[in-house]
Amino acid sequence: MGAPRDYQTQAVVIGQFKLGEVDKIITLYTPGFGKLRAVAKGACRPGSKLGGNVEPLTHSLMMLARGRNLDIVTQSQTIDAFMDLKGDLWRMACGLYVLELVDCFTVENDENRPLFDLLVKALKWLSQSNDSEIVLRYFELQVLNSVGYRPELYCCAVCGSPVKPVANFFSPDRGGVLCPRCGQQDAMCSPLSVDGLKVLRLWQSCDYATARRVVLGRGLASELEQVMLAYVNCLLEREVKSMVWLKELRKSQVAVDNASARD
Amino acid sequence: MVFVAEPVTKLVEALSKLPGIGPKSAYRLTYHLLRSPAEEARTLAEAIAGLKEKITLCTTCFNVTDCDPCVICRDSERDRSSICVVERPSDIVPLERTGKYRGLYHVLHGSISPAQGIGPEELKLRELLTRLDSGTVREVILATNPNLEGEATAMYLRRVVSSLGIRVSRLARGLPFGAELEYADDVTLSQAIEGRQEF
Repeated sequence: MGAPRDYQTQAVVIGQFKLGEVDKIITLYTPGFGKLRAVAKGACRPGSKLGGNVEPLTHSLMMLARGRNLDIVTQSQTIDAFMDLKGDLWRMACGLYVLELVDCFTVENDENRPLFDLLVKALKWLSQSNDSEIVLRYFELQVLNSVGYRPELYCCAVCGSPVKPVANFFSPDRGGVLCPRCGQQDAMCSPLSVDGLKVLRLWQSCDYATARRVVLGRGLASELEQVMLAYVNCLLEREVKSMVWLKELRKSQVAVDNASARD
Repeated sequence: MVFVAEPVTKLVEALSKLPGIGPKSAYRLTYHLLRSPAEEARTLAEAIAGLKEKITLCTTCFNVTDCDPCVICRDSERDRSSICVVERPSDIVPLERTGKYRGLYHVLHGSISPAQGIGPEELKLRELLTRLDSGTVREVILATNPNLEGEATAMYLRRVVSSLGIRVSRLARGLPFGAELEYADDVTLSQAIEGRQEF
């Protein structure tokens, strides 16, 4: 006997594109099957039973039927619609970045239960937290741990000597910290302060409850963002599109704030 | 296929490129046209050719039109103090069919989609802000699609437009007429409850 025709799974919708007039192909991240793509027939029709259940940034319980090429979503019930994320422009943008990271760092049908749990938790943290920078950086580090790209933060990635508590460097190409001597010979690396290194080490190994207690100044937050984005972009060999949007939003918020201050 | 005449194959190939038309439908349409009077086929051919030759974008609202400004922008009876913002030109048709809105439109030609790298720069947003600079507009009605991209676009527009001191409203969201409550998704239902009105 072959595999049953229908199966049920939890899933977070991490991507979508339209198929014809009213159908959609959605990308799901599931606990048991990893990433998979499925067809949501009629999902764009007003009054569709699937409707909001198959929109990105939604954690749903889905019933799928095996298809010849792609499986078909037959039923769906929302577990968490993350309304706080969808109702706020900045949080939504952060959520989309989280989804894109998972999409970029995974391949189809490769089960990774811890990554699914991390994804659901990260979306919850983003819904509740006022410091999205911490959530994003912590999530990036944990995703990298989970998919095998954990950055080396204790020994120099070139000479292997233990890293000392001084101003060091971070090399995206080497995937870790460089000691001052090796860093000066690598044109592609960027400076990493002692505080920056300490925070990255803490976040790499602690739980979120501990991670969120860190108070980040603007300078340190910016430094960590640059270091992590350079590493992520280097691994993906391209820029994460949602991050471009996040930066654009930050810039436009500053412009609006400045205009309000002038008025 | 050598057993099919070349003009037939050519039309089948052309029709197959249209959305929702597969090779079988394309053959059906082609043979239907073969059986139809020559005048009917000519009218269709002229209509298709005219679409590309005569249609342009209105330089005010960016709706598709055969005259610039378009019929809606030229209509002096229209309320010039409100602009309804839609994603695509085809969104104007159902809104006009309701007969409930007598203001102007602005077509963005897309929606913000971070995952596809489509940001505000790719939309007709700057042109909207230029229209708002005239000072005659008192209300902007956001009629973007009720999905994630539409929401992102609406929230971005709200931020930009409300900073100009112009009232921003959006189309109501909730249960579609003819649907069943039992099958409504949580997002739609929660929006329907939040947006309920005195009855």
